[in-house]
Amino acid sequence: MSMELRTSPHQVSDRSVERIMKHVVLSLLPVCGFSIWQYGLSALALLLTVTATCLATERLLNRAAKQPSTLNDWSAAITGVLLALTLPPAFPLWMAVVAGFVAIAIGKALFGGLGFNVFNPALIGRAFVQAAFPVAITTWVPAFSAQRFTELVPTTLTAPLMMPPDIVEWVKLQAVDAFTGATPLARWKFENVVASSYDLLTGVVTASAGETSAILILLCGVYLAARKFMDWRIPVAVLGSAALTAWLFQLYDPTHFPAPTFVLLSGGLMLGAVYMATDMATSPVTPLGVWIYGAVIGVVTVMIRYFGGLTEGVMYAILLGNALTPFIDLYTQPRVFGTRQGKKK
Amino acid sequence: MRLPFFKRAATFEHGIHPAYHKETGSLPIKRMAFAPRLIVPLSQHIGKPAVCCVSVGQEVSRGQVIATADGFVSLPVHAPATGIVEAIGLMPAANGKMVDSITIRVYEADSQEVRVCTPRDVDSLDKKALLAAIQDTGVSGFGGATFPAHVKLSVPPETVIDTMVVNGAECEPFLTCDHRIMVERTQDLIRGIRIAMKVSGAPRTVIGVEDNKPDAIAAIQAALPADGSITVQALETKYPQGAEDTIIYALLGREIPAGQRPASIGVLVNNVMTLAYLGRLLPAGEGIIERVLTVAGPGVEKPGNYIVPIGTPLRFLLEQVGAKGSAKEIILGGPMMGMTISSLDVPITKGTSGVLAFGKGELPEETPRVYACIKCGECLNVCPKFLNPSQLGLLAAKREYAEMAERYNLDRCFECGCCSYVCPSHIPLVQQFRIAKAVNREKASA
Repeated sequence: MSMELRTSPHQVSDRSVERIMKHVVLSLLPVCGFSIWQYGLSALALLLTVTATCLATERLLNRAAKQPSTLNDWSAAITGVLLALTLPPAFPLWMAVVAGFVAIAIGKALFGGLGFNVFNPALIGRAFVQAAFPVAITTWVPAFSAQRFTELVPTTLTAPLMMPPDIVEWVKLQAVDAFTGATPLARWKFENVVASSYDLLTGVVTASAGETSAILILLCGVYLAARKFMDWRIPVAVLGSAALTAWLFQLYDPTHFPAPTFVLLSGGLMLGAVYMATDMATSPVTPLGVWIYGAVIGVVTVMIRYFGGLTEGVMYAILLGNALTPFIDLYTQPRVFGTRQGKKK
Repeated sequence: MRLPFFKRAATFEHGIHPAYHKETGSLPIKRMAFAPRLIVPLSQHIGKPAVCCVSVGQEVSRGQVIATADGFVSLPVHAPATGIVEAIGLMPAANGKMVDSITIRVYEADSQEVRVCTPRDVDSLDKKALLAAIQDTGVSGFGGATFPAHVKLSVPPETVIDTMVVNGAECEPFLTCDHRIMVERTQDLIRGIRIAMKVSGAPRTVIGVEDNKPDAIAAIQAALPADGSITVQALETKYPQGAEDTIIYALLGREIPAGQRPASIGVLVNNVMTLAYLGRLLPAGEGIIERVLTVAGPGVEKPGNYIVPIGTPLRFLLEQVGAKGSAKEIILGGPMMGMTISSLDVPITKGTSGVLAFGKGELPEETPRVYACIKCGECLNVCPKFLNPSQLGLLAAKREYAEMAERYNLDRCFECGCCSYVCPSHIPLVQQFRIAKAVNREKASA
């Protein structure tokens, strides 16, 4: 009998990188489905294009680095899907390809791949195209237009390197009630109109492809947290600190500042808190650190929304949190067992 | 967070819930046959090896002292069977080293009664005499550390022990020998506890038992003395509930200060089997010549709890329990902290709590694809010592072993394996920490 030697432990759990990442992707499918139902073919084309670009970029760079394929760890797929969900539904596809490429190549591969990246790759991609294509990324289209399953929004198929056509006339033709062409956050900021919580919860508002229905994102997040594929403390910290900050501002001046519910449910905060801030590689590992990290993101998001030039602040708040992560980890090392005084009994 | 008031079972913070596989817990203890040859190492405990006092060709009786203790931190060795000394010399041991051992050829026709024993009245002995008697039994801790029992029970005069913790957690998956001891030898256990309390001066004792052994808790409950000095407390079934730090914290809410012994906070910890054997051997005046251990795993046909003579070669033991030919990996101890062995010629010793056999594919893949740390932080959530295995692993990959010890408390790690158990990137964290500690030790001694 030949014996095999190995070191303990000889029994391990079924947790694996592939399994965690796969479940994150699967949990995003309802959000994707809702987006496609709302925006039709354009949203579908956007999702497929960005995800395919991310996967292709990952594989290409594997090959360039003479490494085995890392596609089967599912992390590039997460980046692709998340990035697509943060873009406007009618975002020109060629620009979406740029976003996907930048996300993987600069946001991830440049740092050494999964686990080594400092910033959330999807947000790097989004930040890049926000700076590069400021008009396209704030061009919104109405949801539930009659022809959404038969024709694409004119901007979707813009020729590469060309600016997208103006779609004001096209939007008018869709004749969707109450479409303003501005997100709830922009309407609050520039017109002081606060959207109803019901609309924000159910997603019948103008927004990026996957940021519309706060309740759907929340439910998907609850699933992930319940299966322990996500750290529940981070979204709780982000949403909690954002709500608290908003509540304090509202106490100070109720006529100018909206209710905490509006802050929580509008824009990309829910998607950011549940899916972006919780990216494992770019968030702290220490128990105290995750709370600090989440709190920083929540406060900064509200500050940017209230006092910055931008209408939305989630992306930069999370990128800032990512940048702070190593420092947060360094200064919040857990206190080792045996260095505290337990209660005698 | 301390125990919420509504939670009945005491517990510690962090830890994991592996699959427990405690099927053998309901099987009564059975006696195993004598192997034709027994290999008895002179060092089965922490401390100085025993000194052989028999010669080749000499006949020995079961229970006879065949090697004497060499000083205080040492234990005698008794003949586990009646037979003839065939050889004295180096033999392979479980850790892969060659150790001095006495090989006894067992007389097949012998009735194998214990012939050498001096029954005595334990109650009449004073502390000093009791300690000497405990050393004479040759009992070392059966919990795994194999620390001589009399050394552990010798409390320095300036130290006050206010509580003795009796460890019946048995948190390692598969192992159930402590469970059966608690159920079947409850009186021995209580007697052993009384002796240990007398010797150590501990006024009270708390027995901690994981709540997956309700029959053990009930059996102990029924046998407790009326004076209330001994109590039994259910513990949450969670690994590593039975580690010294965690069981003291779970039962008493005290933390052993980093790097110190339990005595520094007035606590003494003993394993249930150690005390049960003391309670059995001391009145009978016998030495330890056999022990109860669990044989389990998918690689054996007759799993169970067996009384096995010390020195029984593994090959013989596995034949007796019907080891399948497919068994590729033999683990001594539990699956979380036990070690695999390279040869079936190594003997069972006083410290062997279990023998587990696994075939190919019955244990996790030997070399799964190792990913970079994705910083999921789960290892921090499970480490019972509140270390940062993630950071330690990243430093180990860069071979910054000194930094691991100086800044990240590497030396507090007791290799329970929780971090490796949960790691989704399959990083061999515990093994990296072992290497780091070994390198640091070597540097320190250089």
